[in-house]
Amino acid sequence: MQLPDLAKVHEIGRGLWTTFRSMFERPVTIQYPETKKPVKPRFKGRHALKRYENGLEKCIGCSLCAAACPADAIFVEPAENTDEERYSPGERYASTYEINMMRCIFCGFCADACPTEAIVLEDNYELSWSTRNEAIYPREKLLEPVPEGGKPTPQKVEPGAFTRSIPEMEDPV
Amino acid sequence: MDIALIIEWLIKSVVLLLIGLTGFAYTTLYERRALARIQTRIGPNRAGPEGILQPVADGIKLIFKEELIPDQADKILFVLAPVITVLPALIIWAVIPWGDTVMILGREVSLVLADINVGILYLMAVASIAVYGIVIAGWSSNSKYPLLGGLRSTAQMISYELSLGLAFVVPILIAGAVNVADIDPMSLVDIVRAQRETWWFVFYQPLGFAILMIAGLAEVNRAPFDMPEAEQELVGGYHTEYSGMKFALFFMAEYIKMIAVSAIGATLFLGGYDGPFVGRFPWLGPLYLLIKIAILLFWMIWMRGTLPRFRYDRLMAFGWKILLPLAIVNVFLTAVVIVLL
Repeated sequence: MQLPDLAKVHEIGRGLWTTFRSMFERPVTIQYPETKKPVKPRFKGRHALKRYENGLEKCIGCSLCAAACPADAIFVEPAENTDEERYSPGERYASTYEINMMRCIFCGFCADACPTEAIVLEDNYELSWSTRNEAIYPREKLLEPVPEGGKPTPQKVEPGAFTRSIPEMEDPV
Repeated sequence: MDIALIIEWLIKSVVLLLIGLTGFAYTTLYERRALARIQTRIGPNRAGPEGILQPVADGIKLIFKEELIPDQADKILFVLAPVITVLPALIIWAVIPWGDTVMILGREVSLVLADINVGILYLMAVASIAVYGIVIAGWSSNSKYPLLGGLRSTAQMISYELSLGLAFVVPILIAGAVNVADIDPMSLVDIVRAQRETWWFVFYQPLGFAILMIAGLAEVNRAPFDMPEAEQELVGGYHTEYSGMKFALFFMAEYIKMIAVSAIGATLFLGGYDGPFVGRFPWLGPLYLLIKIAILLFWMIWMRGTLPRFRYDRLMAFGWKILLPLAIVNVFLTAVVIVLL
């Protein structure tokens, strides 16, 4: 007969004690839909089309983002702004702005390419859809809400107030 | 034999089956929650308050799954195997007393389905049948991993059955030796009675209890002895080819056997339904038994959450070279002490 090695039995006991003790630790689980873990500062999630403080859209429909996109996920179609119906400063705005989220690789090149800092990769990672068509996010879905004190687009503005596509920056870097 | 007695038996067996099946469902939830706590998780808590509807959801999911039968399988045995596995797990409950006699509708009803005077032999016989289901499942699938799983299972269950049987001998010896009138030492009811009159047998025989619980783990193929179903090596072992409700039956058998082994351990060594005030309020008996079963089930879950799977040759070496000699020596010493006293 082979006697049980008491040292090994002791090790098993130590293991059992470890698992027993861990039962009284706080669970690390995050109850996802109710509580959400904040993302890291440089997280690249769903895109957002930004607005100026007065509510005008930053996007001027230049299509540089579409050109920069390595996955060819962005489609932009510009249209003319008028002072009667102004969407963004300058001549043109994006009348169609679509991102195919199934193609997007979230590299952020579009944000780098944007001359007006209109498109930014935000912290929303809850991208799900049940049909292919839903995966194409139109501009209405991407545009951020109108900031407080601003007006929704299209706006009726004074002639000659927004002639520059890229407004003068107060503190250029 | 009057008709009322037959009706009483019928009602008792239906109640037992229902308890067994509900117990199976909630053991899965219990295990998942306890394992989650061991791993500092929360576990299933979405279906119903605190996840109490989770077993229902699991069951519905399994019922709607497709039932596959492999083309080359032995069809009859393939269908029969889950049934052969589940049945012993259920009928093992017949001899386990879960309370003293109570008065129901003016009738004296004893809370045990069958008080047979060779209860322990019955336990051993029925527990051994379960291995057939597993072997047949492995063989009839006509696939290599299930076959290996089935073979391992046979070897393992036969090896550990010896230690289990020797662990059963100890309470018989003690029950025969204690000074209580009209004891039939092989009947589970009388073993519980002996423990109520004296002490629980675990105080006389902690080693016997330990051997029973370790061999019991191996007998129901639980971790760390879950060699027959070793997911990583055997792709699920004997139930690789099973799906849907047939797979659920194997699952059910495993969990009901877990409960049964816990109940046997509680009955033989922890006094069964014995507990404070059980003499005055007999309905406390089932409750005490339930608590003891829950504690022993926790032991099984705890072992699963702690220990990795044995290597197969070490499993055999442990069974034959350590556990079996230990059990033999234990029985021998117990017998010597009883004779000397």
